[in-house]
Amino acid sequence: MSVAVDPYEGPVVLGDDPSFGPEVQVDYPGYRSTRWRVPKRPLVTLPEELMALDGPVFGEDAIDELDNDLTRRHEGEPLGERITVSGRVLDEDGRPLRGTLVEIWQANAAGRYRHEVDQHPAPLDPNFSGAGRCLTGDEGRYRFTTIKPGSYPWRNHPNAWRPNHIHFSVFGRLFRQRLVTQMYFPGDPLFAYDPIFNSVRDPEARKLLIARFDLETTVPEWSLAYEWDIVLGRGGRGTTPLEPQ
Amino acid sequence: MSLPGTPSQTVGPFYSIGLCRREDNELDPNGVELRGTLYDGKGEPVPDGMIELWDAASATWGRCGTAEEAGGFRFRVPRDAAVLEVLVFSRGMLQHERTRVYLRAGDDEVWRALDDAQRARLLAQRDGDALVFDIRMQGEDATVFFEQ
Repeated sequence: MSVAVDPYEGPVVLGDDPSFGPEVQVDYPGYRSTRWRVPKRPLVTLPEELMALDGPVFGEDAIDELDNDLTRRHEGEPLGERITVSGRVLDEDGRPLRGTLVEIWQANAAGRYRHEVDQHPAPLDPNFSGAGRCLTGDEGRYRFTTIKPGSYPWRNHPNAWRPNHIHFSVFGRLFRQRLVTQMYFPGDPLFAYDPIFNSVRDPEARKLLIARFDLETTVPEWSLAYEWDIVLGRGGRGTTPLEPQ
Repeated sequence: MSLPGTPSQTVGPFYSIGLCRREDNELDPNGVELRGTLYDGKGEPVPDGMIELWDAASATWGRCGTAEEAGGFRFRVPRDAAVLEVLVFSRGMLQHERTRVYLRAGDDEVWRALDDAQRARLLAQRDGDALVFDIRMQGEDATVFFEQ
């Protein structure tokens, strides 16, 4: 006799499955909120001309002064470890995407978001809003100065904590290149326990979400530097799996 | 040699900090109101979602979070637009979904390939001067979502 198993009552983190490649498993059961929010019917294919559609283009008017420096938006400086996060936005062929809008948001150093829904009893920082944006420059480069975000608990499962991360939103050139994702920091002890991070089933693909500490661009006596390149692929489902490494 | 794409991750519940700093919901300030509600598979409104619209014909773009209206969103879109590209984001979605809203019965390749029930789910309904387009992630009358 077979017993029906509710996958949403199963383990929070599933084992690796390299066959997913860079695709996230959209119905990953360990991230409980997927249950009622992910389409159940097969996706409908669009004609090629709609897959090749150009997306929106943003100009300098989308950017305020100091938008790429999250540490200088208030009277005083935010508490926390000052960092720079920079990298390139590339297409799948490695070509830089210039002039594309990059938006970020994050928790403060104590792991608290400046958002009314965030009830984590950690202090807000009056000198930190946690939002930034910029347009990529030559060679597709973006650069933000901010502070390292703290970890914070969430109620997905008992004793659930998110690894430190910065949320990124990127447009690219084609409509289908739109990407919203999260950048993580190397060596985070919470990686093994986080269902959102592990919803990327291929361990090689998960590495693509982790920034590289960079001593070269670390500014002496001032800020630690992290480098993270973003590749805007074909989007999600339908992407070619990664080559075995 | 093609580079693997950076994987998607959820927009999470706090996206408005970074993505809703400006009023971006008017593709055309003199356009027609297009409003609707985002529903989950239990039929409940999703108050931590976000909708983006793109009218490729007029190259106008807009974005609206669903927090202010407890699952609702509201845009002004060009009156002569026929169809808009739609992206849906929310907490609980590890990747955004793509759909389309037809402001009137379509005559394009996508429309022709859909059956009547699918067309009905992508066609905005007139309500006075406004157009209404609800998005349902799951269920019998779930919105049609497209490959990306």
